[in-house]
Amino acid sequence: MSELNQKAVALYGNNFLKEVTERVEDGEWVSMCMQCGVCAGSCPLGPHWEHSPQKIFRMIMAGKRDEVLTSDSMWMCTSCYSCIVRCPRKLPITHIMHGLAHYANRLDVAPKGQPTRELARVFWNNLIKTGRVNELKFSLAVYFKDGFSQGIKNLLSMQVIALGLMKAKRLNPMEIIGGHKCKDVGGIQKMLAKAQEIEARRQIS
Amino acid sequence: MAKKNYAFYPGCSSQKGASASNFVPSIEVMCDKLDIQLNEIPDWNCCSASIGYGEGSQLSRLVLNARNLALVEQNMPGQDLVSGCPACWLATRETAEKLNEVDSLMADTNEALKEAGLSFKGTVKARHLVEVLIEDVGYDAMKAPVVKPLEGLKIAGYVGCQTNRPFGIAGESFENPQYLDKMIETVGAEAATGYEQKITCCGGALAFSEPEKSQKQIKDIVESAYDHGADMIVTPCQLCQANVEIYQSEINKKKGTNLTMPVVYYSQLMTVAYGGNAKQAGLDGNVLRPQKLLDIASK
Repeated sequence: MSELNQKAVALYGNNFLKEVTERVEDGEWVSMCMQCGVCAGSCPLGPHWEHSPQKIFRMIMAGKRDEVLTSDSMWMCTSCYSCIVRCPRKLPITHIMHGLAHYANRLDVAPKGQPTRELARVFWNNLIKTGRVNELKFSLAVYFKDGFSQGIKNLLSMQVIALGLMKAKRLNPMEIIGGHKCKDVGGIQKMLAKAQEIEARRQIS
Repeated sequence: MAKKNYAFYPGCSSQKGASASNFVPSIEVMCDKLDIQLNEIPDWNCCSASIGYGEGSQLSRLVLNARNLALVEQNMPGQDLVSGCPACWLATRETAEKLNEVDSLMADTNEALKEAGLSFKGTVKARHLVEVLIEDVGYDAMKAPVVKPLEGLKIAGYVGCQTNRPFGIAGESFENPQYLDKMIETVGAEAATGYEQKITCCGGALAFSEPEKSQKQIKDIVESAYDHGADMIVTPCQLCQANVEIYQSEINKKKGTNLTMPVVYYSQLMTVAYGGNAKQAGLDGNVLRPQKLLDIASK
Protein backbone atom coordinates (compact mmCIF):
# COMPACT_ATOMS: atom_id res chain seq x y z
CA MET A 1 0.00 0.00 0.00
CA SER A 2 1.40 3.42 -0.92
CA GLU A 3 2.30 5.77 1.91
CA LEU A 4 -0.34 8.27 0.85
CA ASN A 5 -2.97 5.54 0.84
CA GLN A 6 -1.99 4.36 4.32
CA LYS A 7 -2.27 7.91 5.63
CA ALA A 8 -5.70 8.34 4.07
CA VAL A 9 -6.96 5.09 5.60
CA ALA A 10 -5.58 6.09 9.00
CA LEU A 11 -7.19 9.50 8.81
CA TYR A 12 -10.64 8.62 7.46
CA GLY A 13 -11.16 5.04 8.61
CA ASN A 14 -14.57 3.87 7.39
CA ASN A 15 -15.80 7.32 6.48
CA PHE A 16 -15.10 7.16 2.76
CA LEU A 17 -17.76 9.77 1.94
CA LYS A 18 -15.86 12.28 4.08
CA GLU A 19 -12.61 11.32 2.38
CA VAL A 20 -14.12 11.84 -1.08
CA THR A 21 -15.76 15.09 0.00
CA GLU A 22 -12.49 16.50 1.26
CA ARG A 23 -9.91 14.95 -1.07
CA VAL A 24 -11.52 14.44 -4.48
CA GLU A 25 -12.09 17.24 -7.00
CA ASP A 26 -15.79 18.17 -6.83
CA GLY A 27 -16.26 15.28 -4.35
CA GLU A 28 -18.47 17.44 -2.13
CA TRP A 29 -21.24 16.92 -4.68
CA VAL A 30 -21.46 13.14 -4.27
CA SER A 31 -23.92 13.24 -1.37
CA MET A 32 -26.34 15.21 -3.60
CA CYS A 33 -26.96 12.17 -5.85
CA MET A 34 -30.57 10.97 -5.66
CA GLN A 35 -29.93 7.69 -7.53
CA CYS A 36 -32.16 8.39 -10.54
CA GLY A 37 -29.80 6.60 -12.94
CA VAL A 38 -29.95 9.07 -15.83
CA CYS A 39 -26.12 9.21 -15.87
CA ALA A 40 -25.96 5.42 -16.17
CA GLY A 41 -28.25 5.49 -19.20
CA SER A 42 -26.42 8.39 -20.84
CA CYS A 43 -22.88 7.04 -20.91
CA PRO A 44 -21.61 6.00 -24.36
CA LEU A 45 -19.35 3.38 -22.77
CA GLY A 46 -22.06 2.28 -20.34
CA PRO A 47 -22.21 -1.34 -21.53
CA HIS A 48 -18.50 -1.82 -20.89
CA TRP A 49 -17.81 -0.67 -17.39
CA GLU A 50 -18.08 -2.30 -14.01
CA HIS A 51 -20.12 0.37 -12.21
CA SER A 52 -22.16 3.32 -13.47
CA PRO A 53 -21.59 6.76 -11.87
CA GLN A 54 -24.89 6.20 -10.03
CA LYS A 55 -23.51 2.98 -8.51
CA ILE A 56 -20.13 4.56 -7.75
CA PHE A 57 -21.84 7.38 -5.84
CA ARG A 58 -23.95 4.91 -3.83
CA MET A 59 -20.87 2.81 -3.11
CA ILE A 60 -19.07 5.89 -1.82
CA MET A 61 -21.94 6.59 0.57
CA ALA A 62 -21.86 2.93 1.66
CA GLY A 63 -18.13 3.17 2.41
CA LYS A 64 -16.99 0.71 -0.29
CA ARG A 65 -13.57 2.31 -0.50
CA ASP A 66 -11.54 -0.48 -2.16
CA GLU A 67 -14.27 -1.35 -4.65
CA VAL A 68 -14.59 2.27 -5.76
CA LEU A 69 -10.91 3.13 -6.02
CA THR A 70 -10.02 -0.08 -7.86
CA SER A 71 -12.99 0.12 -10.24
CA ASP A 72 -12.24 0.53 -13.95
CA SER A 73 -15.35 2.70 -14.35
CA MET A 74 -13.78 6.13 -13.98
CA TRP A 75 -11.24 5.19 -16.65
CA MET A 76 -13.99 4.56 -19.19
CA CYS A 77 -14.99 8.23 -19.22
CA THR A 78 -14.68 9.70 -22.72
CA SER A 79 -15.39 13.23 -21.37
CA CYS A 80 -18.53 13.50 -23.52
CA TYR A 81 -20.31 15.42 -20.73
CA SER A 82 -23.70 13.76 -21.42
CA CYS A 83 -24.10 12.87 -17.74
CA ILE A 84 -23.37 16.45 -16.66
CA VAL A 85 -26.00 18.09 -18.84
CA ARG A 86 -28.67 15.49 -18.06
CA CYS A 87 -28.26 15.23 -14.28
CA PRO A 88 -31.46 16.67 -12.75
CA ARG A 89 -29.51 17.79 -9.69
CA LYS A 90 -26.74 19.34 -11.78
CA LEU A 91 -23.95 17.26 -10.28
CA PRO A 92 -20.69 17.79 -12.20
CA ILE A 93 -20.55 14.03 -12.76
CA THR A 94 -17.80 14.06 -15.41
CA HIS A 95 -15.57 16.08 -13.09
CA ILE A 96 -16.28 13.83 -10.13
CA MET A 97 -15.36 10.76 -12.19
CA HIS A 98 -12.16 12.49 -13.33
CA GLY A 99 -11.44 13.46 -9.73
CA LEU A 100 -11.93 9.87 -8.52
CA ALA A 101 -9.70 8.55 -11.30
CA HIS A 102 -6.99 11.05 -10.41
CA TYR A 103 -7.26 10.23 -6.70
CA ALA A 104 -7.08 6.47 -7.28
CA ASN A 105 -4.08 7.02 -9.55
CA ARG A 106 -2.34 9.23 -7.00
CA LEU A 107 -2.87 6.68 -4.21
CA ASP A 108 -1.68 4.05 -6.68
CA VAL A 109 -4.71 1.82 -6.16
CA ALA A 110 -6.19 2.29 -9.63
CA PRO A 111 -6.16 -0.90 -11.76
CA LYS A 112 -2.63 -1.64 -12.98
CA GLY A 113 -2.17 -1.53 -16.74
CA GLN A 114 -5.66 -0.08 -17.30
CA PRO A 115 -5.22 1.24 -20.86
CA THR A 116 -6.74 4.69 -20.33
CA ARG A 117 -4.80 5.15 -17.10
CA GLU A 118 -1.61 4.39 -19.04
CA LEU A 119 -2.69 6.69 -21.86
CA ALA A 120 -3.32 9.53 -19.41
CA ARG A 121 0.12 9.10 -17.89
CA VAL A 122 1.87 9.09 -21.27
CA PHE A 123 -0.12 12.12 -22.42
CA TRP A 124 0.67 14.21 -19.36
CA ASN A 125 4.37 13.36 -19.41
CA ASN A 126 4.46 14.25 -23.09
CA LEU A 127 2.84 17.66 -22.71
CA ILE A 128 4.78 18.88 -19.66
CA LYS A 129 8.10 18.18 -21.38
CA THR A 130 7.76 21.03 -23.89
CA GLY A 131 4.46 22.70 -22.96
CA ARG A 132 2.81 21.28 -26.08
CA VAL A 133 1.76 17.81 -27.17
CA ASN A 134 4.07 16.07 -29.60
CA GLU A 135 1.61 13.78 -31.38
CA LEU A 136 4.26 11.56 -32.94
CA LYS A 137 6.11 10.87 -29.69
CA PHE A 138 2.78 10.49 -27.89
CA SER A 139 1.54 7.85 -30.37
CA LEU A 140 4.84 5.97 -30.30
CA ALA A 141 4.88 5.98 -26.49
CA VAL A 142 1.35 4.56 -26.45
CA TYR A 143 2.19 1.82 -28.96
CA PHE A 144 5.43 0.87 -27.24
CA LYS A 145 4.17 0.94 -23.64
CA ASP A 146 4.05 -2.88 -23.48
CA GLY A 147 7.56 -3.42 -24.81
CA PHE A 148 9.39 -3.40 -28.11
CA SER A 149 7.91 -6.41 -29.91
CA GLN A 150 4.33 -5.49 -28.99
CA GLY A 151 5.15 -1.95 -30.13
CA ILE A 152 6.25 -3.14 -33.55
CA LYS A 153 3.06 -5.22 -33.84
CA ASN A 154 0.98 -2.20 -32.89
CA LEU A 155 2.83 -0.04 -35.40
CA LEU A 156 2.35 -2.54 -38.22
CA SER A 157 -1.37 -2.78 -37.49
CA MET A 158 -1.62 1.02 -37.71
CA GLN A 159 0.57 1.53 -40.76
CA VAL A 160 -2.25 2.24 -43.22
CA ILE A 161 -3.57 5.00 -40.96
CA ALA A 162 -0.10 6.42 -40.25
CA LEU A 163 0.86 6.51 -43.95
CA GLY A 164 -2.45 8.15 -44.82
CA LEU A 165 -1.86 10.86 -42.23
CA MET A 166 1.73 11.40 -43.36
CA LYS A 167 0.62 11.76 -46.97
CA ALA A 168 -1.96 14.33 -45.83
CA LYS A 169 0.81 16.15 -43.89
CA ARG A 170 -0.97 15.51 -40.60
CA LEU A 171 1.76 13.35 -39.08
CA ASN A 172 5.31 14.62 -39.33
CA PRO A 173 8.08 12.03 -38.86
CA MET A 174 10.52 14.88 -38.18
CA GLU A 175 8.72 15.57 -34.89
CA ILE A 176 10.82 12.75 -33.45
CA ILE A 177 13.75 15.16 -33.29
CA GLY A 178 12.69 18.21 -31.32
CA GLY A 179 9.34 19.28 -32.69
CA HIS A 180 6.99 22.02 -31.54
CA LYS A 181 7.56 23.51 -28.12
CA CYS A 182 6.93 26.58 -25.97
CA LYS A 183 9.71 29.14 -25.70
CA ASP A 184 9.33 29.46 -21.95
CA VAL A 185 9.49 25.74 -21.15
CA GLY A 186 11.56 26.62 -18.08
CA GLY A 187 8.87 28.94 -16.72
CA ILE A 188 6.15 26.37 -17.38
CA GLN A 189 8.03 23.66 -15.53
CA LYS A 190 8.77 25.94 -12.57
CA MET A 191 5.10 26.94 -12.46
CA LEU A 192 4.00 23.27 -12.45
CA ALA A 193 6.53 22.41 -9.74
CA LYS A 194 5.12 25.23 -7.63
CA ALA A 195 1.57 23.91 -8.19
CA GLN A 196 2.71 20.52 -6.89
CA GLU A 197 4.37 22.13 -3.90
CA ILE A 198 1.18 24.05 -3.04
CA GLU A 199 -0.93 20.90 -3.31
CA ALA A 200 1.53 18.93 -1.16
CA ARG A 201 1.05 21.58 1.54
CA ARG A 202 -2.66 20.83 1.56
CA GLN A 203 -2.35 17.06 1.50
CA ILE A 204 -2.56 14.70 4.42
CA SER A 205 0.52 15.20 6.54
CA MET B 1 -15.60 47.46 -42.01
CA ALA B 2 -13.13 47.36 -39.17
CA LYS B 3 -11.89 43.89 -38.35
CA LYS B 4 -12.88 42.34 -35.04
CA ASN B 5 -9.81 41.27 -33.05
CA TYR B 6 -9.50 38.07 -31.05
CA ALA B 7 -6.68 36.35 -29.15
CA PHE B 8 -6.35 33.07 -31.01
CA TYR B 9 -5.52 29.81 -29.24
CA PRO B 10 -4.83 27.28 -32.01
CA GLY B 11 -4.05 24.30 -29.77
CA CYS B 12 -1.58 21.46 -30.25
CA SER B 13 -3.45 19.56 -32.96
CA SER B 14 -3.53 22.63 -35.22
CA GLN B 15 0.24 23.06 -35.35
CA LYS B 16 2.12 22.47 -38.59
CA GLY B 17 2.33 18.77 -39.36
CA ALA B 18 -0.13 17.83 -36.58
CA SER B 19 -3.41 15.93 -36.92
CA ALA B 20 -5.59 18.99 -37.55
CA SER B 21 -3.07 21.09 -39.44
CA ASN B 22 -5.40 21.25 -42.46
CA PHE B 23 -8.01 23.04 -40.32
CA VAL B 24 -5.84 26.16 -40.18
CA PRO B 25 -5.75 27.34 -43.83
CA SER B 26 -9.55 27.11 -44.05
CA ILE B 27 -9.97 29.15 -40.84
CA GLU B 28 -7.70 31.82 -42.28
CA VAL B 29 -9.72 32.21 -45.48
CA MET B 30 -13.03 32.06 -43.62
CA CYS B 31 -12.01 34.66 -41.04
CA ASP B 32 -10.55 36.97 -43.67
CA LYS B 33 -13.85 36.98 -45.58
CA LEU B 34 -15.80 37.64 -42.38
CA ASP B 35 -13.56 40.47 -41.10
CA ILE B 36 -12.34 38.43 -38.17
CA GLN B 37 -8.74 39.07 -37.14
CA LEU B 38 -7.22 36.18 -35.19
CA ASN B 39 -4.03 37.15 -33.34
CA GLU B 40 -2.12 34.12 -32.10
CA ILE B 41 -1.42 34.13 -28.35
CA PRO B 42 2.35 34.46 -27.92
CA ASP B 43 3.89 31.21 -26.63
CA TRP B 44 0.57 29.52 -25.74
CA ASN B 45 0.75 26.07 -24.12
CA CYS B 46 -1.31 22.87 -24.09
CA CYS B 47 -4.64 22.93 -22.17
CA SER B 48 -4.00 19.34 -20.94
CA ALA B 49 -7.02 18.19 -23.00
CA SER B 50 -9.69 15.76 -21.80
CA ILE B 51 -7.24 13.12 -20.65
CA GLY B 52 -4.82 15.27 -18.62
CA TYR B 53 -6.78 14.64 -15.41
CA GLY B 54 -5.42 11.12 -14.86
CA GLU B 55 -1.88 12.19 -14.05
CA GLY B 56 -2.19 15.99 -13.83
CA SER B 57 -3.58 17.38 -10.57
CA GLN B 58 -6.40 19.92 -10.48
CA LEU B 59 -4.10 22.82 -9.69
CA SER B 60 -1.56 21.81 -12.36
CA ARG B 61 -4.30 21.80 -14.98
CA LEU B 62 -5.75 25.10 -13.77
CA VAL B 63 -2.30 26.68 -13.87
CA LEU B 64 -1.62 25.48 -17.42
CA ASN B 65 -4.86 27.04 -18.65
CA ALA B 66 -4.43 30.15 -16.52
CA ARG B 67 -1.07 30.76 -18.19
CA ASN B 68 -2.81 31.16 -21.56
CA LEU B 69 -5.49 33.38 -20.04
CA ALA B 70 -2.81 35.48 -18.32
CA LEU B 71 -0.86 35.85 -21.57
CA VAL B 72 -4.00 37.27 -23.19
CA GLU B 73 -4.84 39.51 -20.24
CA GLN B 74 -1.34 41.01 -20.22
CA ASN B 75 -0.49 41.16 -23.91
CA MET B 76 -3.84 41.43 -25.67
CA PRO B 77 -6.10 43.54 -23.44
CA GLY B 78 -9.76 43.66 -24.41
CA GLN B 79 -9.60 40.63 -26.68
CA ASP B 80 -11.58 37.45 -26.03
CA LEU B 81 -9.57 34.23 -26.08
CA VAL B 82 -10.91 32.21 -29.02
CA SER B 83 -10.15 28.61 -29.86
CA GLY B 84 -11.28 26.48 -32.76
CA CYS B 85 -10.68 23.36 -30.67
CA PRO B 86 -13.51 22.26 -28.34
CA ALA B 87 -11.11 20.68 -25.82
CA CYS B 88 -8.96 23.84 -25.62
CA TRP B 89 -12.07 25.99 -25.28
CA LEU B 90 -13.65 23.77 -22.67
CA ALA B 91 -10.53 23.52 -20.49
CA THR B 92 -9.86 27.26 -20.73
CA ARG B 93 -13.43 28.26 -20.01
CA GLU B 94 -13.74 25.82 -17.12
CA THR B 95 -10.56 27.30 -15.67
CA ALA B 96 -11.69 30.91 -16.06
CA GLU B 97 -15.02 30.12 -14.39
CA LYS B 98 -13.52 28.05 -11.58
CA LEU B 99 -10.90 30.68 -10.72
CA ASN B 100 -13.49 33.45 -10.64
CA GLU B 101 -15.69 31.29 -8.44
CA VAL B 102 -13.18 29.96 -5.89
CA ASP B 103 -10.90 32.59 -4.34
CA SER B 104 -8.47 30.08 -2.83
CA LEU B 105 -7.86 28.46 -6.23
CA MET B 106 -7.29 31.88 -7.79
CA ALA B 107 -4.73 32.66 -5.08
CA ASP B 108 -2.97 29.29 -5.48
CA THR B 109 -2.95 29.67 -9.27
CA ASN B 110 -1.40 33.10 -9.07
CA GLU B 111 1.24 31.87 -6.65
CA ALA B 112 2.26 29.27 -9.25
CA LEU B 113 1.93 31.64 -12.24
CA LYS B 114 4.41 33.98 -10.59
CA GLU B 115 7.11 31.38 -11.28
CA ALA B 116 6.54 32.03 -14.99
CA GLY B 117 6.45 35.80 -14.46
CA LEU B 118 2.69 36.03 -14.93
CA SER B 119 -0.47 36.87 -13.02
CA PHE B 120 -4.17 36.51 -13.80
CA LYS B 121 -6.98 38.77 -12.60
CA GLY B 122 -9.82 36.83 -14.19
CA THR B 123 -10.94 39.31 -16.82
CA VAL B 124 -10.54 37.19 -19.99
CA LYS B 125 -13.46 35.39 -21.56
CA ALA B 126 -12.80 32.05 -23.31
CA ARG B 127 -14.90 31.45 -26.41
CA HIS B 128 -15.25 28.95 -29.23
CA LEU B 129 -14.77 30.09 -32.81
CA VAL B 130 -18.27 28.88 -33.63
CA GLU B 131 -19.64 31.23 -30.95
CA VAL B 132 -17.84 34.10 -32.64
CA LEU B 133 -19.38 33.14 -35.99
CA ILE B 134 -22.91 32.82 -34.65
CA GLU B 135 -22.96 35.60 -32.03
CA ASP B 136 -20.60 38.24 -33.41
CA VAL B 137 -20.94 37.62 -37.15
CA GLY B 138 -24.39 36.05 -37.58
CA TYR B 139 -25.88 33.78 -40.26
CA ASP B 140 -26.70 36.58 -42.70
CA ALA B 141 -23.16 37.92 -42.67
CA MET B 142 -21.85 34.35 -42.99
CA LYS B 143 -23.94 34.01 -46.13
CA ALA B 144 -22.88 37.29 -47.71
CA PRO B 145 -19.45 36.18 -49.08
CA VAL B 146 -20.86 32.98 -50.70
CA VAL B 147 -19.93 32.96 -54.40
CA LYS B 148 -20.18 29.22 -55.00
CA PRO B 149 -23.23 27.84 -53.16
CA LEU B 150 -22.62 24.18 -52.36
CA GLU B 151 -25.63 23.07 -54.38
CA GLY B 152 -26.26 19.36 -54.72
CA LEU B 153 -24.32 18.47 -51.57
CA LYS B 154 -26.10 16.68 -48.77
CA ILE B 155 -24.21 16.92 -45.50
CA ALA B 156 -24.61 15.25 -42.11
CA GLY B 157 -23.87 17.80 -39.40
CA TYR B 158 -21.94 15.96 -36.70
CA VAL B 159 -21.70 18.27 -33.68
CA GLY B 160 -20.11 15.70 -31.35
CA CYS B 161 -19.61 16.26 -27.65
CA GLN B 162 -17.50 19.09 -26.41
CA THR B 163 -18.64 21.88 -28.74
CA ASN B 164 -22.08 21.01 -27.44
CA ARG B 165 -21.58 20.02 -23.79
CA PRO B 166 -21.30 21.10 -21.01
CA PHE B 167 -21.39 24.70 -22.29
CA GLY B 168 -22.64 24.50 -25.85
CA ILE B 169 -23.73 27.42 -27.98
CA ALA B 170 -26.12 29.82 -26.22
CA GLY B 171 -29.76 29.18 -27.05
CA GLU B 172 -29.10 25.74 -28.54
CA SER B 173 -30.34 22.47 -27.04
CA PHE B 174 -27.88 19.87 -25.78
CA GLU B 175 -29.89 17.04 -27.31
CA ASN B 176 -30.60 18.41 -30.76
CA PRO B 177 -28.58 21.55 -31.56
CA GLN B 178 -29.51 23.21 -34.84
CA TYR B 179 -26.63 25.56 -35.57
CA LEU B 180 -24.48 23.23 -37.63
CA ASP B 181 -27.40 22.39 -39.91
CA LYS B 182 -28.08 26.12 -40.25
CA MET B 183 -24.44 26.73 -41.17
CA ILE B 184 -24.65 23.96 -43.80
CA GLU B 185 -27.71 25.64 -45.29
CA THR B 186 -26.06 29.06 -45.10
CA VAL B 187 -23.43 27.92 -47.61
CA GLY B 188 -26.07 26.50 -49.94
CA ALA B 189 -25.84 22.78 -49.14
CA GLU B 190 -28.61 20.53 -47.88
CA ALA B 191 -28.47 19.40 -44.24
CA ALA B 192 -29.32 15.77 -43.49
CA THR B 193 -31.76 16.95 -40.84
CA GLY B 194 -32.78 13.52 -39.57
CA TYR B 195 -29.18 12.51 -38.80
CA GLU B 196 -29.62 10.91 -35.40
CA GLN B 197 -25.93 10.49 -34.53
CA LYS B 198 -25.46 14.26 -34.36
CA ILE B 199 -24.28 14.33 -30.74
CA THR B 200 -22.91 10.78 -30.36
CA CYS B 201 -19.48 10.48 -28.78
CA CYS B 202 -16.68 9.27 -31.10
CA GLY B 203 -14.74 7.90 -28.13
CA GLY B 204 -12.50 10.95 -27.83
CA ALA B 205 -9.05 10.13 -26.45
CA LEU B 206 -10.23 6.58 -25.79
CA ALA B 207 -9.92 5.89 -29.52
CA PHE B 208 -6.29 5.19 -28.54
CA SER B 209 -6.81 3.21 -25.35
CA GLU B 210 -10.12 1.48 -26.09
CA PRO B 211 -10.09 1.12 -29.89
CA GLU B 212 -12.83 -1.53 -30.14
CA LYS B 213 -15.29 0.45 -28.05
CA SER B 214 -14.57 3.72 -29.84
CA GLN B 215 -14.75 2.16 -33.29
CA LYS B 216 -18.23 0.89 -32.48
CA GLN B 217 -19.24 4.51 -31.82
CA ILE B 218 -17.56 5.69 -35.03
CA LYS B 219 -19.26 2.96 -37.09
CA ASP B 220 -22.67 4.17 -35.87
CA ILE B 221 -21.78 7.79 -36.65
CA VAL B 222 -20.67 6.97 -40.21
CA GLU B 223 -23.36 4.42 -41.07
CA SER B 224 -26.11 6.81 -40.04
CA ALA B 225 -24.67 9.43 -42.41
CA TYR B 226 -24.94 6.84 -45.22
CA ASP B 227 -28.50 5.97 -44.17
CA HIS B 228 -29.47 9.61 -44.55
CA GLY B 229 -27.95 9.85 -48.02
CA ALA B 230 -25.18 12.23 -46.96
CA ASP B 231 -22.21 12.89 -49.26
CA MET B 232 -20.03 13.80 -46.32
CA ILE B 233 -19.96 14.54 -42.61
CA VAL B 234 -19.10 18.01 -41.31
CA THR B 235 -17.87 18.68 -37.79
CA PRO B 236 -16.58 21.57 -35.65
CA CYS B 237 -14.23 19.29 -33.64
CA GLN B 238 -10.64 18.29 -34.47
CA LEU B 239 -10.70 15.05 -32.52
CA CYS B 240 -14.10 14.06 -33.97
CA GLN B 241 -12.75 14.81 -37.45
CA ALA B 242 -9.65 12.69 -36.98
CA ASN B 243 -11.33 9.78 -35.19
CA VAL B 244 -14.33 9.53 -37.50
CA GLU B 245 -12.23 9.87 -40.65
CA ILE B 246 -9.12 7.80 -40.05
CA TYR B 247 -10.57 4.75 -38.30
CA GLN B 248 -13.00 3.93 -41.10
CA SER B 249 -10.28 1.82 -42.77
CA GLU B 250 -9.77 -0.12 -39.52
CA ILE B 251 -13.51 -0.75 -39.18
CA ASN B 252 -13.62 -1.96 -42.79
CA LYS B 253 -10.78 -4.37 -42.07
CA LYS B 254 -12.41 -5.78 -38.94
CA LYS B 255 -16.08 -5.69 -39.87
CA GLY B 256 -15.98 -6.18 -43.63
CA THR B 257 -17.73 -2.88 -44.23
CA ASN B 258 -16.90 -0.49 -47.04
CA LEU B 259 -16.95 2.88 -45.30
CA THR B 260 -15.34 5.79 -47.15
CA MET B 261 -17.38 8.72 -45.84
CA PRO B 262 -15.42 12.01 -46.04
CA VAL B 263 -15.33 14.09 -42.86
CA VAL B 264 -14.67 17.84 -43.22
CA TYR B 265 -14.65 20.95 -41.04
CA TYR B 266 -17.35 23.65 -41.33
CA SER B 267 -14.56 26.08 -42.22
CA GLN B 268 -13.63 23.93 -45.22
CA LEU B 269 -17.23 24.15 -46.49
CA MET B 270 -17.22 27.91 -45.99
CA THR B 271 -13.85 28.41 -47.67
CA VAL B 272 -15.01 26.56 -50.79
CA ALA B 273 -18.34 28.42 -50.80
CA TYR B 274 -16.43 31.70 -50.46
CA GLY B 275 -14.46 30.88 -53.62
CA GLY B 276 -11.33 29.33 -52.09
CA ASN B 277 -9.49 26.55 -53.91
CA ALA B 278 -8.82 23.04 -52.59
CA LYS B 279 -5.47 23.99 -51.04
CA GLN B 280 -6.87 27.08 -49.32
CA ALA B 281 -9.63 24.88 -47.90
CA GLY B 282 -7.06 22.36 -46.63
CA LEU B 283 -8.78 19.63 -48.65
CA ASP B 284 -5.37 18.17 -49.51
CA GLY B 285 -5.24 17.22 -45.82
CA ASN B 286 -8.31 15.00 -45.89
CA VAL B 287 -7.47 11.29 -45.87
CA LEU B 288 -10.85 10.38 -47.42
CA ARG B 289 -11.30 12.67 -50.42
CA PRO B 290 -14.47 14.77 -50.29
CA GLN B 291 -14.87 14.46 -54.08
CA LYS B 292 -18.01 16.54 -54.50
CA LEU B 293 -16.53 19.41 -52.52
CA LEU B 294 -13.28 19.15 -54.52
CA ASP B 295 -15.33 19.34 -57.74
CA ILE B 296 -16.99 22.59 -56.61
CA ALA B 297 -13.65 24.01 -55.46
CA SER B 298 -12.07 23.40 -58.88
CA LYS B 299 -15.00 24.82 -60.88
